[in-house]
This record gives sequence, structure tokens and C-alpha cells, in this order.
Amino acid sequence: MPLESKRRFIDYFKNFNYEKLGSLIALAALFIISGIANPIFFRPLNIMNILRQISYVGTIALGMTFVIISGGIDLSVGSLMALLGGIMIIVINQFGGNVLAILIAMVVGAGLSVVLGFGTGLLITKGKIAPFIATLGTMAIYRSLVLYFANGGEYRSISSIYPKIGGGKIPLGESFFIPTPVIIFFVYAIICHIILDKTRFGRYVYAIGSNESAAIYSAIKVDRVKTMTYMIVGFSVFLTSLMLSSRMNSVSSTSAGLGFELDAIAAVVIGGTSMKGGRGWIWGTVFGAIILGIINNMLNLLNVSPYLQGAVKGLVIIGAVLIQRKRS
Amino acid sequence: MSKTILRAKKINKDFAGVQVLFDISISGERGQVHGLIGENGAGKSTLMKIIAGFLQPSSGRILIDNKPVNLKDPAMAKRMGITMIHQELNLVEDLKVYENIFLGKEIKQGMLLNKRNMIHRSKEILKELGEEEIDPLEDVRNLSVAKKQMVEIARAISENSRILIMDEPTSALTDYETEILFKLIKELKQKGVCIFYVSHRLKEVKEICDVVTVLRDGRVIGEYDVSNVSEVELANAMVGREIKNMYPQKPIPKDEVIIEVKNLNVPGLVKDVSFQLKKGEILGFAGLVGAGRTEMAEALVGLRKKASGEIFLNGEHVYINNYEDAKQLGISYLPEDRKQNGLVLDMNIVNNITLISLEKYMKLLIDKKKEMEKAKEYREKFDIRCRDLFQEVRYLSGGNQQKVVLSKCLEVEPQILILDEPTRGIDINTKYQIYQFIANFVKNGKSCIVISSELQEIIGLCNRVLVMREGKIVAELMGKEINEEEIILYATGIKEEVY
Repeated sequence: MPLESKRRFIDYFKNFNYEKLGSLIALAALFIISGIANPIFFRPLNIMNILRQISYVGTIALGMTFVIISGGIDLSVGSLMALLGGIMIIVINQFGGNVLAILIAMVVGAGLSVVLGFGTGLLITKGKIAPFIATLGTMAIYRSLVLYFANGGEYRSISSIYPKIGGGKIPLGESFFIPTPVIIFFVYAIICHIILDKTRFGRYVYAIGSNESAAIYSAIKVDRVKTMTYMIVGFSVFLTSLMLSSRMNSVSSTSAGLGFELDAIAAVVIGGTSMKGGRGWIWGTVFGAIILGIINNMLNLLNVSPYLQGAVKGLVIIGAVLIQRKRS
Repeated sequence: MSKTILRAKKINKDFAGVQVLFDISISGERGQVHGLIGENGAGKSTLMKIIAGFLQPSSGRILIDNKPVNLKDPAMAKRMGITMIHQELNLVEDLKVYENIFLGKEIKQGMLLNKRNMIHRSKEILKELGEEEIDPLEDVRNLSVAKKQMVEIARAISENSRILIMDEPTSALTDYETEILFKLIKELKQKGVCIFYVSHRLKEVKEICDVVTVLRDGRVIGEYDVSNVSEVELANAMVGREIKNMYPQKPIPKDEVIIEVKNLNVPGLVKDVSFQLKKGEILGFAGLVGAGRTEMAEALVGLRKKASGEIFLNGEHVYINNYEDAKQLGISYLPEDRKQNGLVLDMNIVNNITLISLEKYMKLLIDKKKEMEKAKEYREKFDIRCRDLFQEVRYLSGGNQQKVVLSKCLEVEPQILILDEPTRGIDINTKYQIYQFIANFVKNGKSCIVISSELQEIIGLCNRVLVMREGKIVAELMGKEINEEEIILYATGIKEEVY
């Protein structure tokens, strides 16, 4: 290797943030261990299953990454997911369940998600309410509305085309296919990465999360940037809601999206994004989501009681944060 | 028993490679008040923090009662009988006065707190300090700064220490409280307490201290018996440095006014400030801490809401409502506190520099190559010492950090550069470089405002000096009038001029 490129190669690793590398190493290790523990794990069908399962919470987690890096948090994502799903199904049924109805529902869902995100942003920036409290409030409100509209029951779509969105798959060869949610998840991850890493907005998100005061002294419109992060997480919730409600063709007002906020936050944190803000990356969140998916999958394959799975997940989260602490 | 109680020998200290203390030896005796004077950044506070266990020396020994001790933390120092009253207040605002006084040494009765006893003791201590009117049950938050300082002193007194360190205790006190404090110091002296008294007020030192050690740029310049030394001699020892070499030749301003500020007001902080700045001029703002200089500058550039005030740029009435407006008009502000406001410590050098001007680097996405090239230019220009430009700024020394902030300010391509404490806490070499830079900056008709609490800096750099006190401009000094004495007389309100 010529000297210059060798030096650059070494520099790359010197500069490499080990907070970041951590989640990648954990993922690789988990992958190998799982394969050894149970060879079924490596089957393409199983892998695709894992990826499909994680794409729902994973997509929300991608949006959550922006919020957390900017120093905030959004607890309302699970309830919002149910609310948007419910409303979209109401709209679909209202307009007869055809393609047009679905398009209208999507526009309504996407629009509403962004508007609600904007509202949350205003509460936090102009109302000066701590993000935790503000979204704790919206979380309760959204869930209550979902329950109220369905009277505690279920939203059922009458459309026969709607399930093709979330349940669709793109075949690759004879017995191999990629589910649409997986494609949506990864394409969305690439877009999020570009926004976070290569745009002004993304740079500002980091700056605000790390030192809000310095951001103000750099002529950054802090309130606007913060509000936009909540709009992004809102839109991410819309994507998940679309994928999940269409796959089931229904939304349960009591159980849809329950605990999603915690899983999404867990994925972000395991991926090496700091809860204090200012540090983090999109691919870490992708890795974090996959790690959570693999753990679930393995515990199932190994016949571990589902009641214990929460404990394992908890340990992984705590372990991940401990490692972050050590580094900083 | 020997009278010497504390001896520090050959203390050295460096922060991230910047040495701030050089081979300092100092000692304290029972019943002695030992003054420690020096300019800002001379190393007084650092030295005292080492003796009180808040900082560890890079090398050197500390002996108490002739036995070497390792003061690894403040608790250890406390056990050795050392207490420090800090310059910055260290009270818990949400706790009551008595809770603060007994914080960490609560009086207990079995498992529970003996509140009544603590309140009673607090009353006694406060009475000793002549502060009967402070209610031990009051929240500290509700006290004035001066009263808070007295509570801080009460807390230290209650320790019954053998060695008491006071770091600029009077900076927030009125004359009356200062008098009481001095009476108390004399009593403590009678009881055999060794007191280190840090100050830059020569008069006080002369009044209260027995011996005085002068520090300059991290070195001991001398130890003097107070009865044998005059204030002037002490002042010379303090400043000492050959100022002529340190500062570049003063520029010659043009006649045209670049910016005029009329009746700028910020409620409670800035009162009717009006001034003009000429092209090619370096205008200094002097005053005591809290005189409203920073607030004035922040209001000017739109970082702080102003109640009223008009700004004319090149004769044209302009409106600055936020920092973005100022930026567009070519006004750049270097904040006083670089870690809090100037830098994003988690970010690398490149990203810090371009944070204020990212719009210049936008194609569809950020042009990182162009950013890098620009950062390299600044590294050359300011001689920024770093591993590489991707290094996070938290790992740079204070001087190099300041160079990064300065680069950032220049990114705006300013016509007017406002520098708030541009050399606070940085080494002499970098100071020199920054002074050279300022002189070069104004050469081609650009202008600079320097806000500084370091009088020598103001005196050495500026064409004209405005002195502020309690939010108002109280004097305008030019040419020969720009000297330490004049500035201090106006800043402290001894002399008044109708400006």
C-alpha cells in the first residue's frame, strides 16, 4: 500500500468513533452466535422475517434518531401510530376502499402526522415544555382518541387492495423475496442518513443537541430545527402506521403500537446515539433495530419463554449504555 | 511548634499541555493573612484550588505541619483543615440558607437531621458576620449577590478551619460588608487561623494582609512584607510585563463612522448606551464584571432583546432583531464564554468553523471538500495546533479553541468584529497572535470593538476606550487618558463624567 493511502487508512480508524463501532461489532457477534446456536437462523426466510419485523419499529426509530440527537425525545410515537392507522382506515372506508380512497387516506395520514409533529415542536420550543413531559401528554391524548373513535374496539378496513402495501413482497428468484416494509425501511434509512449527515439541517441537529447555546450564537434558528425533528419523527410514524395497518388491514385501538416508543428509543440507544444529544448516527439505529430483532428471533428459536424476552432486551439496553459511558 | 502551617513547594500545573503554574513555592503561618495578587490569568485561583484539593498539581509537594500530604480531593483538604471560599458562588440556590451553611456536615440527632440546632447555629454565625437580617430559613435564591457571598463566607467560617482561602471575597460586596469581613478576618487571625487572601484590589491587600505574594503569568514574582512595600510597587510587580512588545502599533482610524448606536436599552442591564465606531478603529469597552458590556454587545447583534435603540450602519438606519440580521450586515460577535457559547465541543474543528456560514458550502448537499479547504486556510492563518482538522475541539487547548472561534467569526466576512474577552484564559503566545490579528484586521478600514476586563489589553490595543458602569457609559477616554488609573476611577464610580 502506498504510504499516503496507508496513512489515510490508519487515520480512518483512529478517527473512527468507537461508540459507533461498538454496535456494529455487537451485531456481527450476535449474528455469528445466533447462527451457531441454531442453524435455522441463517435461512433466508428467517432473515427476511427478522428484517420485516424490525422495519416497523425501525422506521420510527430512524425518525427518533433526529429527535434524540437534537436533545429531545418523543414518547408519543406508539399512540400516534395507532391514531394515524385508525384515521387512515376510517378514511379508506369512507371513500369506498378503492385505490383513490387509499391515496386520499395516505395524504391525510402523512399530512396529519407532520401537522401533529409541528404541534409537538411548538409545545416544546414556544411553550418551553420539556420534551419528555410534552410527549407524555400527547401520548395520552392520542391513545385516548384512538380508543374513543373505536369505542375500545378495532378499526377494520373494507378495502381488499390496502393489504397489498404492507403485505406485499418483491420476489428475487424462486423462493426468495423481499417484503415491502423492508424495502421502505432501508430506502428511508438511506434518505435519513443523507439528511442527517449531508445537509445543513442535519448539521444543525447535532449542534443543537450538543450545545444549544452555541447554536444560538451561530445564528441557527434553533426552534425551527427542533420543531422539524418532531415533524420528521411524525412522518416516520406515518410510514410505520401505513405499513402495519395495511398489512393487518385493521388497527386495534387497545394494542396497536403499544410499547413502540420504548423499542424505538432502545434501537437508537443501542446504536450508539447519546441520550444527552449531540452524538449519533442513522446506521447505528439500523444496527440497533436489527440487534433487537435478532435477540427476539433467537429467544423464540431457542424456546425461551416470551415473558423473559423483556429481561434480555433490558440487559442489552443497559449494557449498551454502560459501554457508551465508559467511552465518554 | 513552628509557626509555619502550610508549605507548597515547586508546584507546577498544566492544562492539556498549556502550563499555567511554574515552580511556585508559597507558605502560610498561623495567625497570618497572606495576600496573593496578580492580573487575571496569573494563576492565583489555580494555585489556591490546588491547595484546597480541587485541582491536582502536575508536580510539586504540599506539606502541612511539615508532613507531606496528598490533597487528592476537597474532602481530603477539608480533613486537613483547609477551606476555600470560591470566587464563583457555590451555593445550592434551591436550598435554604441554613441548609447551605451545613451542607455536607449536617448536624444529626440519631438518624434524623437536627434542624433546630442547625438553624440556631446558623443564626449565631450570621450574627458574628453582622448579618442578623439574613433569615436562615430563607431560600438562597432570594438573596442578593452580596448576601449570597456572606452566606458562602458563613459556610466557610462554620468549618472552623485552620487554613482559610478566600478567592476575591469582596468582588460582590459593598463597602459595609467588606468592613465586617475585615473585622472578622482580624478575629480569625487572633485565633491563629492562616488565611490566604486572593485579590487584585491592592488597597485591600495593603489594609488586611501581613505578607503578599505577587504572581505573574504563573510565576512568583516576589514575596513582600506589606509594611515595607507601597501600592505602586505592588502594581508594578503585578503588571511588570513589557507591554510595548506585547501590543502592535495602534492603528490610525479614518474619519468616517461605520456604525452608530443611539440610546440602546436593555431593561435592568443597559441604559441609554450611545456611541460611534469609526472605520479602522479599535474601540475598547472597559468596566467591572456586571457593568453591562456583554449585554450591550449581545443586544447590538440581536442575541438579546433590546427595549429600544437605533443602529446606523454607514449612515443608514438598520434593524437588527436577531443574530442572523447582524451576520447579513457584516457584524460578527465573539462570545465571552467560548465553551458555553462559542463552540460545540463535540464537533470537529471544520464543522465548528463553518457552523455559522454553512450556506456558503451548499450545493445540493454540504460540500465537505470546500469546507475542509476553508478550514485548512484558517489553520494556516491562525496557526491552529491540532492533530488534524477532524479532531473534536474539546481536546484543543484554550488558545487553539479561541482561534477556532475567531475563524468562525471571520466566516461571516465581517466589517465589524466585536470581541468579548478575546484572550481570557489563554497563553501569552496566543494572546500575542490575537493582538497582531486584531491590528491587521482593522488596517483596511474594518473596525473592531474589544470588550475586556484585562485593563492592560484595553490600554495596549485600543484607540479609544468607553468605560461602562451599571449599564451606562460613564466615560470616553482617548490618547493619554487611556491608563489604568483613569479607567478604574470611572469603572468604580469614584470619578464621574457626563458622557
